[in-house]
Amino acid sequence: MRVHLDAGRCQGHNRCRTLAPELFDVDEVGQAVQLVDGDVLAHLNHRARLAASNCPEYAIKLLEID
Amino acid sequence: MTDTTHDQTSDQAPSDDAPRRGPNYIPTFGDSPEGTDIWQRVPYDPDDYGAVSDFATDFDHADPNYNPNAPEIWKQLRESGCPVAHSDRYGGMWAPITHDTVHEIAYDTDNFTSRSVIVSVGRPGDLAMPAPIGAAPPITSDPPFHAMARRLLLPAFAPKQIEPWEPEIRELCNSLLDEMGDITPGETVIDAAVQYAQNIPVNVIGRMLGFPQEDEELFRKFVHDVIERITEEPGTRDGMEDLGNYIHAQIQDHRDNPRDDLTNYLLNVEIEGNPVNDDVVGGMIILLLIAGIDTTWSAIGSSLWHLAQHPEDHQRLLDDPDVMTFALEEFLRAYAPVTMARLVAKDHDFHGCPMKADDWVLLPFPAANRDPKKFEDPDTFIVDREENRHAAFGLGIHRCLGSNLARLELKVAIEEFVRRFQRVELAGDVRWSVGQIRGPRELPVRILEVAG
Repeated sequence: MRVHLDAGRCQGHNRCRTLAPELFDVDEVGQAVQLVDGDVLAHLNHRARLAASNCPEYAIKLLEID
Repeated sequence: MTDTTHDQTSDQAPSDDAPRRGPNYIPTFGDSPEGTDIWQRVPYDPDDYGAVSDFATDFDHADPNYNPNAPEIWKQLRESGCPVAHSDRYGGMWAPITHDTVHEIAYDTDNFTSRSVIVSVGRPGDLAMPAPIGAAPPITSDPPFHAMARRLLLPAFAPKQIEPWEPEIRELCNSLLDEMGDITPGETVIDAAVQYAQNIPVNVIGRMLGFPQEDEELFRKFVHDVIERITEEPGTRDGMEDLGNYIHAQIQDHRDNPRDDLTNYLLNVEIEGNPVNDDVVGGMIILLLIAGIDTTWSAIGSSLWHLAQHPEDHQRLLDDPDVMTFALEEFLRAYAPVTMARLVAKDHDFHGCPMKADDWVLLPFPAANRDPKKFEDPDTFIVDREENRHAAFGLGIHRCLGSNLARLELKVAIEEFVRRFQRVELAGDVRWSVGQIRGPRELPVRILEVAG
């Protein structure tokens, strides 16, 4: 699975950092920062899906790779 | 409203015995006139309208039946095919009910201005702080000023600044629980809104701003004046003037006796290398003081109201504390306390609604959170709901600045309450707030079991 944060859409709801702290952090103003280069380790797939499906601004996109 | 008649309101010059008014208040009607702090589009007396019988055509969020029954009202409006309700009240107001319409308006800062975000009888006039700044930046600001003002406040409310407050909030919650005195399980009834919820956010924001703790009752009065007294004639709401004077005095005190708090931080901020003038700093402080109090208090109260009626959810929080990650967001979705508002910036058609400049538009995020097009089984509280894109803290550029603090206070308040009172039940009638912030103001709860 690949994950992509659209920083332009992020409004700092901070949901992704709570649900997937291995994949996202926030900066000094509370804007999300992606911690991985895109590829998600398999054991974190569920967390990536949680982060994407809880972002109120639809700022996180997932690409499922078989 | 009891002190106004139409005879008086048609008089351009208030008589000596007229109700107390702000310094520049002149009642004026019609199109936005020149030379006013605040103006009324039409003379307004809520008694002329009476109780709402049809929320589709006569919407009023301050109707006493609205907050107690809001989820049912939204459902009926949606099912009757009314995505946007209307009202002639407040000089003209629209109320979108669906997630799509709320989302669209929240994102459209060209057609909708944030210059005033609390619907009331009065609209800001040309002598009030103009757009894009507004009276309480950045919540009353539009682009491009909005981002500059928000940037000043964001660092103070980012997660890493807020998280260290957790031990203090936990201690505060426990001291409020201690103050309830001896509890006899099965008999003792406490008021979870008055003795608990209402005291938490007011204490925390007072400490952050460095304001005297003994003024907490006054802060709740300011909130009531600003948020609930919306049908009173503009200029007669003496609390607004008192709030301005109070903030002015606090600014002076912080200048004379600087200390390490948010107020002194704001007194030293700069925008593009220039100091920020006192009106803007004062407006920001007003925002921080007002916006964080009855909102979080309402969220805590509604959550405890839910738990008092759903022992299975109460028990789940006790048995499985980790479920709080999802439960917290479900409390926020199902019982979102905050409806925001905008003013229409220019005449335009919104999905068939002929919106006119200066019409009010409510932004009921709580209604969006119960839209079945966005949320499965939206009127059911699912304690471990995993997919939850709720809009409790708004959508778009005005996302609640204090959301990290509000979440922390809500989480800790529920956790400590549940840990102390392991079984509770509703013990009487709930009294709900009036207006844009929805939550219990009286919440009698019988304690059935106390932690050993």
